[in-house]
Amino acid sequence: MSSPRLAFENVACLRGGRLLFEGLSFALEESGAALVTGPNGAGKSSLIRVAAGLLKPAAGAVRVEGECALLTEAAALDPELPVAKALDFWAGLDGRREAAEAALDAVGLAHLAPVPVRLLSTGQRRRVGIARVVASGAPVWLLDEPANGLDHAATAMLGHLISEHRLQGGIVVVATHLPIHIPGAHGVVIGEAA
Amino acid sequence: MSGFASLVWRELRRAWAAGGLTLPVVFFLLVAILFPFAIGPEGKLLARVGGGVIWAAALLAALLPVERLVNPDLENGVLDQLAVRGWHDASVAAAKTLGHWLGFAPTLLVATVIAAALLNLSLDQTRAALIALLIGTPGLAALGVATAALTAGLRGAGAVAGLVMLPFAVPLLIFGAGAMEGDASAMKLLGAVSLVLVAGCPFVAGAAMRMGRG
Repeated sequence: MSSPRLAFENVACLRGGRLLFEGLSFALEESGAALVTGPNGAGKSSLIRVAAGLLKPAAGAVRVEGECALLTEAAALDPELPVAKALDFWAGLDGRREAAEAALDAVGLAHLAPVPVRLLSTGQRRRVGIARVVASGAPVWLLDEPANGLDHAATAMLGHLISEHRLQGGIVVVATHLPIHIPGAHGVVIGEAA
Repeated sequence: MSGFASLVWRELRRAWAAGGLTLPVVFFLLVAILFPFAIGPEGKLLARVGGGVIWAAALLAALLPVERLVNPDLENGVLDQLAVRGWHDASVAAAKTLGHWLGFAPTLLVATVIAAALLNLSLDQTRAALIALLIGTPGLAALGVATAALTAGLRGAGAVAGLVMLPFAVPLLIFGAGAMEGDASAMKLLGAVSLVLVAGCPFVAGAAMRMGRG
């Protein structure tokens, strides 16, 4: 794959008439990572949505080279479907149906494949979301609070998956208020500490 | 399976899971059954108003599933995930329209045969009703998806959806009921209205979904 790139150039974000951040610039090359931190309501999730192209920045520009995989608070999994089927739907759209099973295994949920999504706990649902990101094969990962609801073991697993992805040249942007250790990550702090 | 086909299939599956296959049809038949009770069992009168009754019932039946067409996907982040994958909102709306139509129209046509018998329609009238519904229901489905996208995220979306959708469905109703009386030009106009709705509504729905995301 051609080397992925993600760059924020003087980006400002306006939500509901409130300026969340402005003049934000950073660039990530191959294997790069950014750790976005800030108090509640500072605009961490909005930053992720701007990076994903779901929100237009009020000023500045965002340049992304390579496909994006997005993990947000919303699971985007059909509640009545078994976990494996729900994941297969997205993997199928990405043209990577064969990657779904391994991804579910990578997040340690292979044994839950036949269980309907609605019966999953918050943490398990989040892990299926992570499995979707892994299965997508996209070089740019945009993760909004990926460790929410995860236990210690699962958080360690997440860290492991992220470093593996970077070893393969992928880019990661993580927005979080939890202490996740990402070696060599570019720190992006938004909003003043309240 | 291509991406578009799997989106359509997902819509169909969700429609079945939510009782979308039976509920509108039962509702449709119930309206058709209530009318003879309300206006009396006089055969000639029933046959005269029958076409209009069938169209009004079809309109209301198409309105039933509107709340679950777009809103759950907006709340559940499905629309976000599709947008990140480079899906155009209008394509998603078109897939939803096709899925919605496949979900309710075929069974509605079967129910129309039963309703036609209840309303004392002649064989010719029944045939005209089936053709008119076949032409008109894609327009109804497209309108339903556009309405669903416009009202997604609102509280009490169901009632608002009725207010948004029904005025736009008036041309379908006029030409649809006219076509049932064997008026060939009404049938052509029905086709034209339906085509305009099918072609235009996905863009309206797509724009609404884009706004809802921002």
